[in-house]
Amino acid sequence: MHRPVVSTMGAAALVAAGLSATTSAHAASGELTLCWAAWDPANALVQLSKDFEAQSGVKMNFEFVPWPNFADRILNELNSGGKLCDLLIGDSQWLGGSAENGYYVKLNDFFDQEGISMGDFAPAAVNAYSTWPKGTPNYWALPAMGDANGWVYRRDWFERADLQEEFKAKTGRDLAPPKTWVELKETAEFFQGREIDGKTVYGAAIFTERGSEGITMGATSALYSYGFQYENTPGQYDMEGAVNSDNAVAGLEMYKSLYECCTPPGYTDSYMGEGLDAFKSGQVAMMMNWFAFWPGMYKDENVGGDRIGFFVNPAQVNPASTLGGQGISVVASTDNKEAALEYIKWFAQPEVQKQWWALGGYAVHNAVLEDPGFKDSQPFAADFLVAMQDVKDFWQEPAYAQLLQAMQKRLHDYIVADQGTAKEALDKLISDWTEVFEDEGKL
Amino acid sequence: MARPPRDAHAFPIESIVTDNSILQKGADAVARATPDGVARRVRGLSDRAVAWIFIAPTIILLLAINIFPLIWTIQLSLTNYRANRPNAEVRDVGFRNYERILGNEDIWFSMQTTASFVVLTIAIQTILGFTLAYLIDRKFRGHAFWTTIILIPMMLSPAVVGNFWRFLYQPQIGLFNYVVSFFTGAEPSSFTMLGDVDLAMWAIVIVDTWMWTPYTMLICLAGLRSIPDYIYEAAEVDRASAWRRFWSITLPMALPFVMLAVLFRGIENFKMFDMVNLLTGGGPGSITEVASITLKRQAFEAWRTGYSSAFAIILFVTVFGLGSIYVKALNRVKQR
Repeated sequence: MHRPVVSTMGAAALVAAGLSATTSAHAASGELTLCWAAWDPANALVQLSKDFEAQSGVKMNFEFVPWPNFADRILNELNSGGKLCDLLIGDSQWLGGSAENGYYVKLNDFFDQEGISMGDFAPAAVNAYSTWPKGTPNYWALPAMGDANGWVYRRDWFERADLQEEFKAKTGRDLAPPKTWVELKETAEFFQGREIDGKTVYGAAIFTERGSEGITMGATSALYSYGFQYENTPGQYDMEGAVNSDNAVAGLEMYKSLYECCTPPGYTDSYMGEGLDAFKSGQVAMMMNWFAFWPGMYKDENVGGDRIGFFVNPAQVNPASTLGGQGISVVASTDNKEAALEYIKWFAQPEVQKQWWALGGYAVHNAVLEDPGFKDSQPFAADFLVAMQDVKDFWQEPAYAQLLQAMQKRLHDYIVADQGTAKEALDKLISDWTEVFEDEGKL
Repeated sequence: MARPPRDAHAFPIESIVTDNSILQKGADAVARATPDGVARRVRGLSDRAVAWIFIAPTIILLLAINIFPLIWTIQLSLTNYRANRPNAEVRDVGFRNYERILGNEDIWFSMQTTASFVVLTIAIQTILGFTLAYLIDRKFRGHAFWTTIILIPMMLSPAVVGNFWRFLYQPQIGLFNYVVSFFTGAEPSSFTMLGDVDLAMWAIVIVDTWMWTPYTMLICLAGLRSIPDYIYEAAEVDRASAWRRFWSITLPMALPFVMLAVLFRGIENFKMFDMVNLLTGGGPGSITEVASITLKRQAFEAWRTGYSSAFAIILFVTVFGLGSIYVKALNRVKQR
């Protein structure tokens, strides 16, 4: 019971000791390893970090793990007290566990000492990527990469006169980015199995992956828009009537129907990579994926530029997007704490954040987001701002892994394997989650 | 087809081993070569002590890598321990983990899936393996070449096999669907082996059979070649038909080997993980989620260490129990 307190105090003492020492001298002789997922923004971060290397003399090493293995690999590393990572850009859902298990250094004292204010970052990002317990000013990470689930579509197909005409005749509305999930499905159905340029194309690439978090991240995009809630009363874990509400059932049925009607053949275990492959190879009219991929997608030689457009996750009952993104934390077991904190101090600077956005990273610093030119800086920038206003995240509880696995199973069983009904899937999910929270002593 | 003559006693090894004079000469030579000091020290030890000195390293190793982890797993299975929560209080929960597992319908479903997989693969591989062994045992021209070809899948890494079969099963570009399409006329992309609830298990069974039938064949072949020719010759003298010779000589005498192959494949497939993980990951949904996939998910994804330890013990007891019963049956068959 006293161990977390002791370790927190110890960490704070170490931070203080680190700050009182000549950090630049320590940093000048050191190396840092930053761990993150292997994806487009990671390459941008490598580029960005060259400035830090030049300024501090610290050599930056990077350990980028492919997304499907990211959680397994890094959580194993944290659990075993490994020293691979000095800095970690870890998923938002890991915050609770990492804070309570003492895997991350608490940054409040450091922020105070260095004048880093969380008020300088978007409130939704601070809440999602930095704080634990939620709603308290206890900071375990600096918001590093804002992200949400969004959509990209083939603008060149949508703008074809013959398709426009046919769609209008069929649905009575223009062939345009859908505003609701019903419209989304209608649009996907329109493209499903259609011959375009001599090739059969399909409606939409969505997340159906079973192993890590894919189908949960995909289905919650529909569930949140249909009004799904985790609890009736925040913090009370009273899930009956919230998780399996009529709206939640309708949202889940919609996602299943979209999977059944409008995805490419064999699309039963697909996540970000498979979606990108399907879209880049011209197989699908629309793709669900994270905003983090849009800079790379826009630059793509085959399908990028004016051939594509972006839209925010459609609303149904209310506007909502599934949260992605991460904060950057100092790993408590590192031997290079001073240099790691120095990196965070450097990264928090407004100019560095602007550079981060320019390179393809999603900065959530107000200096970037409130810049008058931000909305026009990229074709997806305005949508990003809209999406971040209505993001919802999965449980960030210390038992998140167990909660996530339960949801992965129940959703995949229902959506892909066609077992039972949406209501039964959500009822079973409540049962699974109730058991977890009972074990946690929260129910 | 007549079997080629086989001289079972061409190398009279028994006569050498039982020649006491040769053994005695060897022992004398070892005694003469032993230094006096060593001989004196050893002379002070009893036979039992010398025996212990020789087997102690093995026993220590066995305790360290088998018995200790087993005892530790049993101990963990009685707690709520989670490997990802080092600061959390570890409580003794008695047999609660076992109760939960045995009362969990999802666990029972994964056990049923495992049983289906084991039964299907063993049945198919045993029939195919024995048939192949019977044919290879005929010693036709080039039989050595074909034996080697047949054995190739078994020599590949399961990771490689899993990955390339994933490509073969791909509904849009995979060869498998095109082959099926060629014979049936069905559209190649109209079905997906790994994503279809009704086909996914068969997809794994096909790959496992492709890879491990050669193994069954090898063991069956050893069994067939252990049958002395004079028994067949006697049967021929008695004018027994080929069918009668198969049922009365070949099958009964090769049966212990066939049963051994079934035992090995049964144990292997009961704990099958790699192939299923690579091909379907247990999906679609949980349709192909065999017990070892469930165990891995509970242990290293949900991080329920105590719970998964209990499940591991249950699986161990199941395999051990079934294996013991089977070995007894095997011994009875051998004694017949």
